[in-house]
Amino acid sequence: MSKIVKTIAALLFPACLVFGAYVVLHGHLTPGGGFQGGAVMATAAALLLVAGIPLASKHEGRYHALEALGLGLFLFFAFVGLGAASGSFFFNALASHGFFGQAVAPGPNPGNLHTSGTIAWMNLAVGIEVLGGISVILYALREAARGEGDGKAEGDGK
Amino acid sequence: MIAFLQLHAPALAVALPLAAAILLLALGNHAKRLAGFLFLAGLLSGACFAWATALRVIATGTPVDYVFGAPAGAGPLDNPAGIALRIAFRVDALGALCLLPAALLSCLAGHYSCASERVTTGGAFFRPLFLLLSAGVYGMLSTGDLFNFFVFLEITSLSGAALAAYRVDGGLATEAGFKYAALSSLATMAYLLGAALLIAQYDALNLRVLAQALNSHAPTALDTMAMVCLLSALLLKCGAFPLHQWVPDVYSRAPGGVSAFLLVSSQASLYALFRFAFALFPQFARLNGALLLLAGAFSMFVGVTAALAQHDVKRLISHHAVSQTGYMLLGAGAGLWWTAGAAGEGTLATDALASGLFHMVNYALYNSLLFLAAGAVIAATKRRDLDELGGLGHRMPVTAACFGLGAIAIAGLPPLSGFASKWGLYVTSFRLSPFWAVVAMAVGLMTLASFVKVFHSVFLGPQKEEFASVEEAPKAMTFPLVVLAVLTVLIGLFPGWTFDRLLGPAAAVLTGGAQ
Repeated sequence: MSKIVKTIAALLFPACLVFGAYVVLHGHLTPGGGFQGGAVMATAAALLLVAGIPLASKHEGRYHALEALGLGLFLFFAFVGLGAASGSFFFNALASHGFFGQAVAPGPNPGNLHTSGTIAWMNLAVGIEVLGGISVILYALREAARGEGDGKAEGDGK
Repeated sequence: MIAFLQLHAPALAVALPLAAAILLLALGNHAKRLAGFLFLAGLLSGACFAWATALRVIATGTPVDYVFGAPAGAGPLDNPAGIALRIAFRVDALGALCLLPAALLSCLAGHYSCASERVTTGGAFFRPLFLLLSAGVYGMLSTGDLFNFFVFLEITSLSGAALAAYRVDGGLATEAGFKYAALSSLATMAYLLGAALLIAQYDALNLRVLAQALNSHAPTALDTMAMVCLLSALLLKCGAFPLHQWVPDVYSRAPGGVSAFLLVSSQASLYALFRFAFALFPQFARLNGALLLLAGAFSMFVGVTAALAQHDVKRLISHHAVSQTGYMLLGAGAGLWWTAGAAGEGTLATDALASGLFHMVNYALYNSLLFLAAGAVIAATKRRDLDELGGLGHRMPVTAACFGLGAIAIAGLPPLSGFASKWGLYVTSFRLSPFWAVVAMAVGLMTLASFVKVFHSVFLGPQKEEFASVEEAPKAMTFPLVVLAVLTVLIGLFPGWTFDRLLGPAAAVLTGGAQ
């Protein structure tokens, strides 16, 4: 890819990540949430891949780790519900007491992130998982495209 | 502590295999021994909790409810609004009946795969996928929620497709896996459309709430569309005629342990097909009953005639899987037909459905036995063509004996389990019309002919020179075979006990008839 594309992609990369993170973190307050935000963040990975920025190759292992981390975190918060007194799997153990205990106000709200109990945390877990998962798929697709013998078109600088 | 575990058993049966899968994913290719241990621990813990739930339901005779995220012990409707708004599991006698063999087979097939897949690469993905598949199957059998079932259907479809393609096999397995993935996503999309049509009308996902809402008035056009979407999706997933083409490809190319457990995931779809047809759409009982009878008869006939021409041992057994599914559909179709009939036909309906369910359990046991034994033969000889195999009974006596028992059971010869359930199906379908019973018996004879051919050409005859150095499969692979063979014999010897304790209550859940 040309220098222009590479430069713009490198500039947009952090912006994509920040916007995706915003959607993930406000998942319990605004439309969107873990999946949508994670998908936005994964477009950042897609940008690097398509533009063929060398940095992209170094990230692959991290996405595998993020995928496992996200899944683990999600299941951890589901299991936390079992630990609460008379709780159940997926029970919102952080709700109605402590720092995360506030419920989200209906209608326009002040945007406090520390509300909704485990839901905010589970959004975060899903966001991490989706970022990892979609990026892993994108890298697998790149490998498949390479396998077809057209490695030059990729131009990923490896 | 025990009360705590018992209370949360339905959720833990799904959650623990998932947790093990995630840990294994994080481990990657490191710590092979720990990975093997985690794999078996995940399978075994999931199976133990599934068994605990199932046995509790069978012993007490009352269904077990589990509502995710609700205070412990709450029912699905226990909230201020009185609506079913959380994900709820509900294991009743029917679910319990299906959970028992599913949990057993997840352990046995997993144990078998540990040994059979030792030489292949990619274990880092094989183990999490297998755990996902078993969690998905438990979920499908436990859930009482229309959308939740879709989620588990997707989990089993995706992990099943990846597992089917696990041994690339010159691209053949990849093709089979892709075919499975494509057709499964077609089925799941149809399912989702059907579910959406119901949600849009009734604002409910809980199966019992939906059943009430659906049957409180004459069916609308949208109900009919939803029914067509849901039932055809499940018919595809269970591998019945006319949507059975994926079955031979996928089962024959997947590794032995995987085919044995993929078959269980197809049975889970069949379970849902029965449940939806009986509980959600009883107003279409005559129509659905006739369609299931026809699909069953065609599956039986098409499956067995295709099997007769096969030379690949696993492909042959896979065609029989289609044919055996037809028997279960026949039983359920007859049951469904009778539920719409006069008052006196209630017990007939229960008996017919119970025979179909009996065949489903027996089939899960003996057909996976056949797949595992065939897998052991292929692993030992590296050959799968019946014309090339022969005389292996000399070198692999345990495998041969177990395969023989499985073959007798699938052919429906007394005193093994296949005879007991097929007998029930012959008797009940004869009451509907002799035509169905004649088809079933003719297919039974062709199955017998086919398996005489297989057993003879694989295990009997003089020992071949090229197989002189073949050894019996390792103990980790023969152990599941022996367990399944013993169960096949035991069920065949005590069909009455199985029928009264497990099948009668399970069928009565759907037909509403007193046992």
